Amino acid sequence: MIAGTKRRGRASSLAFRSFLLLSLIVALTTLAVLVGQVLVDSQGFLDTTLLTSPPSALPDIAGARPAILASLYLGALVFLFSVPIGVATAVYLEEYAAKDRWYNRLLELNIQNLAGVPSIVYGILGLAFLVRGLGLGRTLLAGSLILTLLVLPTVIIASREALRSVPSSIRDGAYALGATPWQVTWRQVLPAAIPGIATGSILSLSRAIGETAPLLLVGALVYVRYDPTLTSGFTALPVQIYNWVKLPQQDFQYLAAAGIVVLLAMLLTLNSVAILLRNRYQKRW
Amino acid sequence: MTVGELSPGARAHTRLGARRRRVGEDLVKVILGAAAFISVLTTVGIVVALLFPALEFFGEVSPMTFFSGTDWAPLFEPARFGVLPLLAGTLVVTAVATVVCVPFGLGAAIYLSEYARPRVRAVVKPLLEVLVGIPTVVFGYFALTFVTPLLKDLGFQVEVFNALSAGLVMGVMLIPIVASLSEDAMTAVPNDLRAGGYAVGANRFQVATRIVVPGAVSGIVASFVLAISRGIGETMIVLIAGGTQPNWTFDPRVSIETMTAFVGATANGDVPTGSIEYKTIFAVGLTLFVMTFVLNMVAIRMVRKYREVYE
Repeated sequence: MIAGTKRRGRASSLAFRSFLLLSLIVALTTLAVLVGQVLVDSQGFLDTTLLTSPPSALPDIAGARPAILASLYLGALVFLFSVPIGVATAVYLEEYAAKDRWYNRLLELNIQNLAGVPSIVYGILGLAFLVRGLGLGRTLLAGSLILTLLVLPTVIIASREALRSVPSSIRDGAYALGATPWQVTWRQVLPAAIPGIATGSILSLSRAIGETAPLLLVGALVYVRYDPTLTSGFTALPVQIYNWVKLPQQDFQYLAAAGIVVLLAMLLTLNSVAILLRNRYQKRW
Repeated sequence: MTVGELSPGARAHTRLGARRRRVGEDLVKVILGAAAFISVLTTVGIVVALLFPALEFFGEVSPMTFFSGTDWAPLFEPARFGVLPLLAGTLVVTAVATVVCVPFGLGAAIYLSEYARPRVRAVVKPLLEVLVGIPTVVFGYFALTFVTPLLKDLGFQVEVFNALSAGLVMGVMLIPIVASLSEDAMTAVPNDLRAGGYAVGANRFQVATRIVVPGAVSGIVASFVLAISRGIGETMIVLIAGGTQPNWTFDPRVSIETMTAFVGATANGDVPTGSIEYKTIFAVGLTLFVMTFVLNMVAIRMVRKYREVYE
């Protein structure tokens, strides 16, 4: 009987282990099939026309130049806005805020919750306050501001983790030498946390570049044939892809796949930079 | 409490030996606090942006009609404002996604936390992170152009746009989210407990299922709740693959419209500001926000719970 239990135990162990492996296989196979499918579909449309031409009603001469440019601008602006605000917030929470005060705890809870607010709700915020309230209109600037608010919680959370990983002995040492809190933060803690902050910021940046839904609400679903500027109408690459997916002609589906390849290539580049930074500069204390 | 245990914040308050007030230091603190205040303003902004137009909407359409009506056609004449079809659409897609992401996400987490050798982990974890980084519009494309035809080939009677395909792909998208949070919770379970299990003769399967998983249960459930919240709030997959056809049904094979898809599809059209159609965006948005807010709060509380127990 004991032997029987043992065998049954072994069988269930094996079944369990197989299920665990299956879980990973489901996720990773989907990833592989998705990438493969997109690459196959994009054949024939992945060419320089895609990168250099404006959109068109004819799939053969249609490109995504204005959308790609707009996505690059959006990325740069989001980075410019979100990193200073995000890092400042993280420094406040980690280095300055008294954790037992109710308002600081509320602030922390607020940021955690903002990280979970659906992206389309940020779009509604943008529609109500930026496009109409502030009168920015359906511009690239409005789009970049709404994406900034969207990724801000992620930047804050990543920066806080980076700050927290700097050992307190560094701070104590600087304080012991008579440094002020800001001197400690600016000269000791922040430099040591830069790799972590950079990695987190770049990853949030790639989230901003891949985001579609909030941009639909600030008016990015338009036909733009010109190179966008800060105050002009715009359409971002993910929105352009959505636009093509919606069209009934099969060729536009393939065009969408080609757009996806470009988008994934942009994100892959960004993420590689982030991983490279992490591996090269991350300190183990 | 000894000096060494003071929190960084407390340390800043109890700095010794500053004879005069440093204006620069105070200014820095004000600037940093102002940056932090932006996230408070964001929340206030979201609530205000949603609440006031939504209240105007409920002045014209009674909440009773809104929350109990089974016919959603705000852009038609005569307009009908029953939100239940949108809720049903959201529920069906999220349910399908949950059926996928809960078992597989938990399975992946147990594997990574309890079974995987460091070298396997070093390969698998970044790959899962890649899955997280894929834009939702790409998942939408995949659901529409690959999964739906595949389902048809497998003999499912699905429409071109359907909740099943959108839900399945969304489920795979959520696997890494469940996996990563659950794994964090399992890693927080002290090794002493595992060692204790092995000491009384348990095998790895028993240690994983009877010690680690129960020990990490609040974090694991939090990951499920968070994934469901993400699913409810996800827009592009359902907009592309689920359709924009409100349907009071729980059949996953037909075209549906979720709350998010309605907002996404309506707001990019030319709906005149101030019209009742325009205000529906905010009423639906508010419903969506409240639902995800409640789920997020539950998840945050549960995560805190396990952190308190083990850290």
